[in-house]
Amino acid sequence: MKPHHALACVPVLFAVAGVLWGNRVQPFILGLPFFMAWTIAGVLLTAVVMALVYRLDPANRQEEDGQEQEHRR
Amino acid sequence: MNIASIVILMPLAVAAWAGLRGRRGHAMDLVQWSIGGRGFSGLLVFMLMAGELYTTFTFLGASGFAYGHGGPALYILVYTCLAFVLSYWLLPQVWRFARRHGAMTQPEVFAKVFGSAPLGLVVAAVALVALVPYLVVQMKGLGLIVEITSYGALSPTAAVWIGASVMTLYVSVSGIHGSALTAVVKDILVLAVCAFLGLYLPWHYDGGIGEMFRHIEAARPGFLALPAHGMNAVWFLSTVALSSLGMYFWPHAFSAVFTARSERSFRKNAVVMPLYALVMLLAMFAGYAAVLQVPGLQGGQIDLALLKLSLQTFDPWFVGVIGAAGMLTAIVPGSIMLISASTLLARSLYQPLRPACTDAELVRVTRVAAPLLTLLAVGLTLQGGSSIVALLLMGFGIVTQLAPSLLLAMLGRPFVNRHGAMAGILVGVAFVAFTVVTGTGLRHWWPEAPAWVKELNTGVVGLGLNAVALVLVSRLTRRAGDTGARLP
Repeated sequence: MKPHHALACVPVLFAVAGVLWGNRVQPFILGLPFFMAWTIAGVLLTAVVMALVYRLDPANRQEEDGQEQEHRR
Repeated sequence: MNIASIVILMPLAVAAWAGLRGRRGHAMDLVQWSIGGRGFSGLLVFMLMAGELYTTFTFLGASGFAYGHGGPALYILVYTCLAFVLSYWLLPQVWRFARRHGAMTQPEVFAKVFGSAPLGLVVAAVALVALVPYLVVQMKGLGLIVEITSYGALSPTAAVWIGASVMTLYVSVSGIHGSALTAVVKDILVLAVCAFLGLYLPWHYDGGIGEMFRHIEAARPGFLALPAHGMNAVWFLSTVALSSLGMYFWPHAFSAVFTARSERSFRKNAVVMPLYALVMLLAMFAGYAAVLQVPGLQGGQIDLALLKLSLQTFDPWFVGVIGAAGMLTAIVPGSIMLISASTLLARSLYQPLRPACTDAELVRVTRVAAPLLTLLAVGLTLQGGSSIVALLLMGFGIVTQLAPSLLLAMLGRPFVNRHGAMAGILVGVAFVAFTVVTGTGLRHWWPEAPAWVKELNTGVVGLGLNAVALVLVSRLTRRAGDTGARLP
């Protein structure tokens, strides 16, 4: 378990938290119902988390040439 | 022929032209035809995968679901995002394994991971059983979209035949190269149409997105969150779990994986795809705009919300543009499914049963299988029967049963072997098929179950039974020195 593996749990936990605590219409956030705003925040968070994972993952440090070496898990 | 029909058919002609051009510069052997010679760039792989994501179901289904059910529709955004997270680790491994072992179809991957040819046959059968309804979903959607947006000038039957012919034509000539090029045409058009509808409709009818949601909340308090019963939190999370696990276990998703030149494209896609998924939110906005404007659509009719609202809002020529976008959302994913299904039929059902056949013979089988499968799908579509959602749920419930064994094998632990994989898949698929055929669910067999159990998605229950059978049978049949299945 590397740090970037643990990061992958963040979007999952965020989604679960959204259902447990974020499931309401009020208050509106930027005009959006609260649950929808939470979900959209989750989408953006996923993109950020995956970008971080991409940066941290040693597998992405090799040259891109189709002959990439196997990365250790 | 009215103006709308002409506008609908024009992008189709462009798509057909692009599809036929895809062949240029490639000798069309099976590897080129089916998986692009494993040489697609990251951008093309992105287009193919995004193309698979935005099907008729997302175009009509996401907006219709938003219209009919409100808050629960957001599950679509959540599950796709979580599927992208899973894809970051799953797809590179599948890609590497397939490349090393020369696998071109999903059943081949299973057969080789678990070292069992019979398992390959079972997976091939399961994959086909799930794919054909999905193909029918696209055809049904296509008929519906074209009929409505052409103001009835093109009948659903005519639309299905036209769409199916174009699709089969460019699939036969250019294979996956054709799908990739038409995916580019489609994505641009669908993106533009969804963005416009999602922003314009709320502005036009309510004076803005925030105003629209305030109006909905005033008219139907709580509609924009999850209800306490029915599609509640338990339903939401179990459906998200099922769908995010299942999304990349569609056989055609594997085909798209095999086209990639480099495994890094999948990891890049996992970063970009969530942002692209926001386009679906815009389709949902159009659905929410319809809540107060075209009230009263019930049951399967909710799929028509976006189209009905468009009809009463726009000039015919623009309705035609929407129809064209809708038609492409059916044809492009449909073509990828068709290629995947016919390759699967040839490589994973025909070849194992006739080991002596030559490569040339296989190519012929694939080329004959594509139009035959199209005919089957068109036949099933025109015959009528189940609604779009019922078909899709069945396909999803079945195809997700392939996930547990491969995911556990991916972890590289000697938990699972071929007997376990076989038992798990059979148990899971049998359970889902039984609930679909008999129309029953947990609430029928276990009426005194706690309320939250009854709200679980049936596919998730099948998945649970599948996992239990998988681990139990693997344990019972384990022999000393058995290392279990491993990936890669």
